Amino acid sequence: MYALSAEHEHPISRAFHVMNRNVLIAQPQWLGRDKMDDMRIAFASGKGGTGKTTVAVNLAYFLAYSKQQVQYLDCDVEEPNGHIFLKPHIEEMTPAQVMMPVIDKDKCTACGECVSHCQFNALVLILKDVLIFPELCHGCGLCARICPTGAIKEGKRVIGSVEQGKAFLNIDFVHGILNVGEPMAGPLIQQVKHNYKEGYIQIIDAPPGTSCPVVKTIVDADCVVMVTEPTPFALHDLKIAVSVAQTLNKPIGVVINRENGEFKPLMDYLSKNRLPILATIPEDKNIARQYSEGNIIIERLPQYIDNFMELAINIKKLLEIKQFR
Amino acid sequence: MTDIKEMVIVSGKGGTGKTSIAAALTSLFKDKVIADCDVDAANLHIIITPEEVVSQKEFIGGKKARINLDRCIQCNVCRDVCRYDAISEKFVVDPVSCEGCGACYYLCPAKAIDFTPQLAGYCYICRTPLNESFVFAELLPGEENSGKLVAEVRNEAREEAKKRDTGLILIDGPPGIGCPVISSLTGVNFALIVTEPTPTGVHDLKRICDLINHFKIKAAVVVNKSDINPDYVEEIKRYCENEGLTYLGEIPYDSKITEAQKNMTTILDFAPDSEASRAIKEIHKKIQKILEDV
Ligand code: SF4
Ligand code: SF4
Repeated sequence: MYALSAEHEHPISRAFHVMNRNVLIAQPQWLGRDKMDDMRIAFASGKGGTGKTTVAVNLAYFLAYSKQQVQYLDCDVEEPNGHIFLKPHIEEMTPAQVMMPVIDKDKCTACGECVSHCQFNALVLILKDVLIFPELCHGCGLCARICPTGAIKEGKRVIGSVEQGKAFLNIDFVHGILNVGEPMAGPLIQQVKHNYKEGYIQIIDAPPGTSCPVVKTIVDADCVVMVTEPTPFALHDLKIAVSVAQTLNKPIGVVINRENGEFKPLMDYLSKNRLPILATIPEDKNIARQYSEGNIIIERLPQYIDNFMELAINIKKLLEIKQFR
Repeated sequence: MTDIKEMVIVSGKGGTGKTSIAAALTSLFKDKVIADCDVDAANLHIIITPEEVVSQKEFIGGKKARINLDRCIQCNVCRDVCRYDAISEKFVVDPVSCEGCGACYYLCPAKAIDFTPQLAGYCYICRTPLNESFVFAELLPGEENSGKLVAEVRNEAREEAKKRDTGLILIDGPPGIGCPVISSLTGVNFALIVTEPTPTGVHDLKRICDLINHFKIKAAVVVNKSDINPDYVEEIKRYCENEGLTYLGEIPYDSKITEAQKNMTTILDFAPDSEASRAIKEIHKKIQKILEDV
C-alpha cells in the first residue's frame, strides 16, 4: 500500500511534481539545511482533540519528504497516537522504570519516620507494618535516606515502556506508553526524551492540558507550536497553554485547525498578544475522513502540502526572530 | 434524604465532543449538581454560564523548596540528594523542576531551606441561571494535576448535593487515563464514555475501558461524530459486546454543535430539531433507566 521504495511512484512525490514543482526547486533555500538541523519543535494545544497530533505527524512527514532528518517523539504518554499515522516498525522496546522503596521487615521498627517524611502519602503505617502505595511514590529516595535503622532499600518498578523504531521516509520514531492506571507520566516523558538524537529535527507531541507533564515536555524545546480551533473551548484552553509556555520563555506560534470563517475572539486574542499564526488548516470533512482511516493527510490530499510548507517556513522564521532578540 | 448517585462523563481521548455533549445532557437532567472535573482545562462554564459565584476556595497543592542563600554553606548536599536536577550550581531552586519531595529540606545540615505549601488553584461553587449548583476548579498553569483538586471538586459537589437535597451529581471528567481521571472515577455509580469512530478514538476507548473495568464501574458508550467512519462504529459496537459494555447509541457529526458552542449555548437550545439533538435526547432516556438501576 505504501510504495516507499519506489519514490517516484509515491503519491506525495507525484503531488510535489504535478502540483507544486516550485517546492522541490525552492527547497534548499527555504530550509537552509544546516540551520534547520537541530530544531526541537514541541506541539501543544491546551485542549485535547484540536488536531495537535495530526499537525505534528504531517509536518514530520513533510520535512522528511524534503530530505530532512526527522525524529518524532510522542510524549503524550497517556494516549500516544502518533504511531497510528506514522506506522513505525518498532525495533526496540525498553521498560521504563522508576525507583521505589523496598522495606526490610526484619529491620523496620515501625518508627514511622518514613511515613511522616514522605510528601506524597505513599507510605502508611498500619499496625506494625509500613505499606507502600507504589502509584503515589515519586521515587525521591527520601525515605531510604532518613530511615534510622536502614530498613529501606531502593528497588525499581515498571511504569510503562519506551518503544523506538523507524517510520515512513526513515523518520526516527520514539514513543512512551504509560501503563493503564499509572499516574506517573513525568518520569516516562523524561525517558522518552533521553532518546534525542543529534542532527535531527525533533518533532515533539506534547500531552494535552497545561499541567506538569506538559511543562516537562516543552521545557527544553526551541519553540512551541500551539494547535487550536476557532471555538470558545479551544480558545479558553489556548490562553492557559500560552501562559505556561510564556513562563518558560518559549517562542510561540499558533496553527488554526478546522478553520471555518473568522472567529473574532481568537483573532483579537492573537493580535493582542502578538502571537503569530504559522498556518491555517480549513475545516474539511475529507481531512476528518482521512484521519479516521489513520492516513497522513498530505499524502492523500496533496492540496494541503502548501499549508505544511508554510508551517515549516514560519517555524523557521519564528526561531530566527528569537535569535535576534 | 435522597440517595446521591454520581455519574461521570469521560472520553479517554480529548476532542471527542465530550464537553458539548455533557453540557447538552446536563440540561436534560433535573435536580442535580454539576461538577466540572476537567480542572486542567475547565470548559463547561463557558456554556453553563454561572450566574453567581457562591464561594471561591483556594486550593493548596504540594510544597516547594527555596534556599536561603545567607544561611547556605554551599555544602552541596541538596544538589546531591535532589533527583530532579532542580537545584542550580548557584544553589537556586527551579520551581518548575522541583517536585516538592523535601529531600533537600530535611537533609540540609545548615537548615537553610524553606519548604512551604503553594497555591495551586481555585475551586468555585456557583449557581446556574436555573438555580442549580455548579462546581468547577481551575488549576494554575503548570501546576501538577495530581487528582487532588478533582477530589476536592467532587467533595464540594457532594456537600452541595447534601445541602440542597439533590439526588444526582453529574461530573464532566478529565481526558486521559492518569491520576485526575482515576480521581474522577473512584466511587461513581455510572460512567458514560464518549468516543469517536477513528483509530485514535478506538485506541483510547480501550485504554479507558481497562481502567473502568479495574474499578468495576458500570459503563456505557456513546459514539459521537458517528458518520465519519461507519467501519469504526461497527468495531466499537463489537468491542462493547465483547467487553460487556452497554452501547447507548450514536450522535451524527453536526457542525451545529460547534456553532452552538460559538454561541455559548447547547445544541438542544441552538438546534432543537437537529438529528444530533434528537439523538442526545434518546441517549438521555436510556441513561435515566440505567441510573434507576445502579
Ligand atoms: S521514595 Fe519518596 S515518594 Fe517514594 S515513598 Fe519514599 S519518600 Fe515517598
Ligand atoms: S524539594 Fe525535592 S525536588 Fe524540590 S529542590 Fe528539594 S530535593 Fe529537589
